[in-house]
Amino acid sequence: MRSVEGALLDFRQLERLAERDSPLHHVDARAKILATLVFIICVISLGRYQLAALFPFFIFPVVLIAGGGLPVRYLVSKILLVIPFVLVVGIFNPLLDREIVAIAGPVQISGGWISFFSIVLRSLLTVASALILVSLTGFPALCRGLAQLGLPKVFVAQLLFLYRYLFVLAEEAARLKLARDQRCFGGKGTGLASFGTMIGHLLLRSWERAERVYRSMLSRGFAGEFHCPSGSSFGVGDTLFLLGWGLLLLAIRLYDPARLLGLLLTGGVQ
Amino acid sequence: MSHHIVEVGELQHQYADGTCAVTSISFRITHGEAVAIIGANGAGKSTLLLHLNGALAATAGTIRIGDTLLTPATVPQIRRTVGMVFQNPDDQLFMSTVAEDVAFGPLNMGLSGAELEARVVAALTQVDALYLRHKAPYHLSGGEKKRVAIATVLAMSPDILVMDEPTGGLDPYARRQVMELLSGFQHTRIVASHDLDMVLELFPRTIILCQGKVAADGPTTTIFRDRELLARCRLEQPLAMQGCPVCREGAKQ
Ligand SMILES: Nc1ncnc2c1ncn2[C@@H]1O[C@H](COP(=O)(O)OP(=O)(O)O)[C@@H](O)[C@H]1O
Ligand SMILES: [Mg+2]
Repeated sequence: MRSVEGALLDFRQLERLAERDSPLHHVDARAKILATLVFIICVISLGRYQLAALFPFFIFPVVLIAGGGLPVRYLVSKILLVIPFVLVVGIFNPLLDREIVAIAGPVQISGGWISFFSIVLRSLLTVASALILVSLTGFPALCRGLAQLGLPKVFVAQLLFLYRYLFVLAEEAARLKLARDQRCFGGKGTGLASFGTMIGHLLLRSWERAERVYRSMLSRGFAGEFHCPSGSSFGVGDTLFLLGWGLLLLAIRLYDPARLLGLLLTGGVQ
Repeated sequence: MSHHIVEVGELQHQYADGTCAVTSISFRITHGEAVAIIGANGAGKSTLLLHLNGALAATAGTIRIGDTLLTPATVPQIRRTVGMVFQNPDDQLFMSTVAEDVAFGPLNMGLSGAELEARVVAALTQVDALYLRHKAPYHLSGGEKKRVAIATVLAMSPDILVMDEPTGGLDPYARRQVMELLSGFQHTRIVASHDLDMVLELFPRTIILCQGKVAADGPTTTIFRDRELLARCRLEQPLAMQGCPVCREGAKQ
């Protein structure tokens, strides 16, 4: 398990990415949310054997990462975190589905392997697009965008609270861990026993801290609703961004450029 | 201007675990007064202050701000009048940038656009922290956090300021900065503190809490002269009143 402080710092780094200044950062959150949504739907709706058709979709994350000046290595390290989960989901496909669907020279490729890689790729693409969305927008602005798109205010407030209290929890955990490490000299303390009480402590402390934060929010007139600072308007640039990506992604989805290219190269014979 | 009066009557608070943190506290603070609440750790200072804007609900007793009795119905209105700076600025600063945090209160009051921006800038300027506006609150120093926390409250232009240990944990310079801020305010001020030298300097009136009760309430200078009373409440005279140890040694020789 990675250190609590490290995880917290990582999370804050994601937040700091959103403070950068690029044209993409200035695009309205709603445009980015909707474009990402179109992207995810296009990617997910592809059939399980349509592996080649996935590759053109890389244009979306690649262009956004480059245009937003996002640190590739950091994002890739975050995206790869989902690999273990995806492997668990997809690993049985090659075993269960052994029908040969393609032959590349001496290698016979079964449908199971194709659908396995398709699951991996689709997961990576959707996770990447979600992470990029957060890095280009910032979580609070994202929530505001969702509210403007009509997500009920209660849900948005819940999301923001979740986000806020995630920090509270992580900070308390970091403090508690520091206190323990200082007194167990690189060992494991009393092991599981102290770990149990620590978790209990952590929950109680976070709870009380959350209560104090909430109290201070109430003291400043919070009445269950997060307000948007400015009536940010949906400009021409935002419309272009959404229309451009929407049309491009739909075109990729409907016409499958990878197959067209293949047809072109093989002279149109299947 | 009767609306800047704070009147507490027979206030009592029992926490969920049965601790009676505050029992039958009564006092009246008038417009523009600067009052210090002092007392040992656990005397009930924070508990008392949290009642003044309805952050905690009293088990018994009444709170009156101006002509308004504090009830669930009047709490929103009272929170605009009574600005509360919490003991730990980390509890108070919860947005992702300083400017957003300062804007939080005014936004909830329905401000927007240029008016909102002006409020934020004015509040941050007042505490000399405008240069921090784009920073993340968790990256500030202790003194900066405290000043920004004060700004978040000033931005709501309250009539009454309530602060819990405003100089706690600050270095001498940051402490001075906060004290200068405090002395510049025209608001009715109620401050809980262990910093008795600050109390002596800035607050003409002092209320001593001892085990959840008022042990004394009067002019600060009178109270600080009563060594026996202070000792009984686990307090000491401010250093400024204790005489300089170096000079005392010098006089003996
Ligand atoms: N959330 C709580 N639950 C139970 N007891 C509490 C809680 N908060 C404070 N107390 C108790 O109430 C008493 C007064 O605490 P507090 O008002 O924080 O004192 P002070 O601010 O003067 O140091 C203490 O005995 C403390 O242990
Ligand atoms: Mg206290």
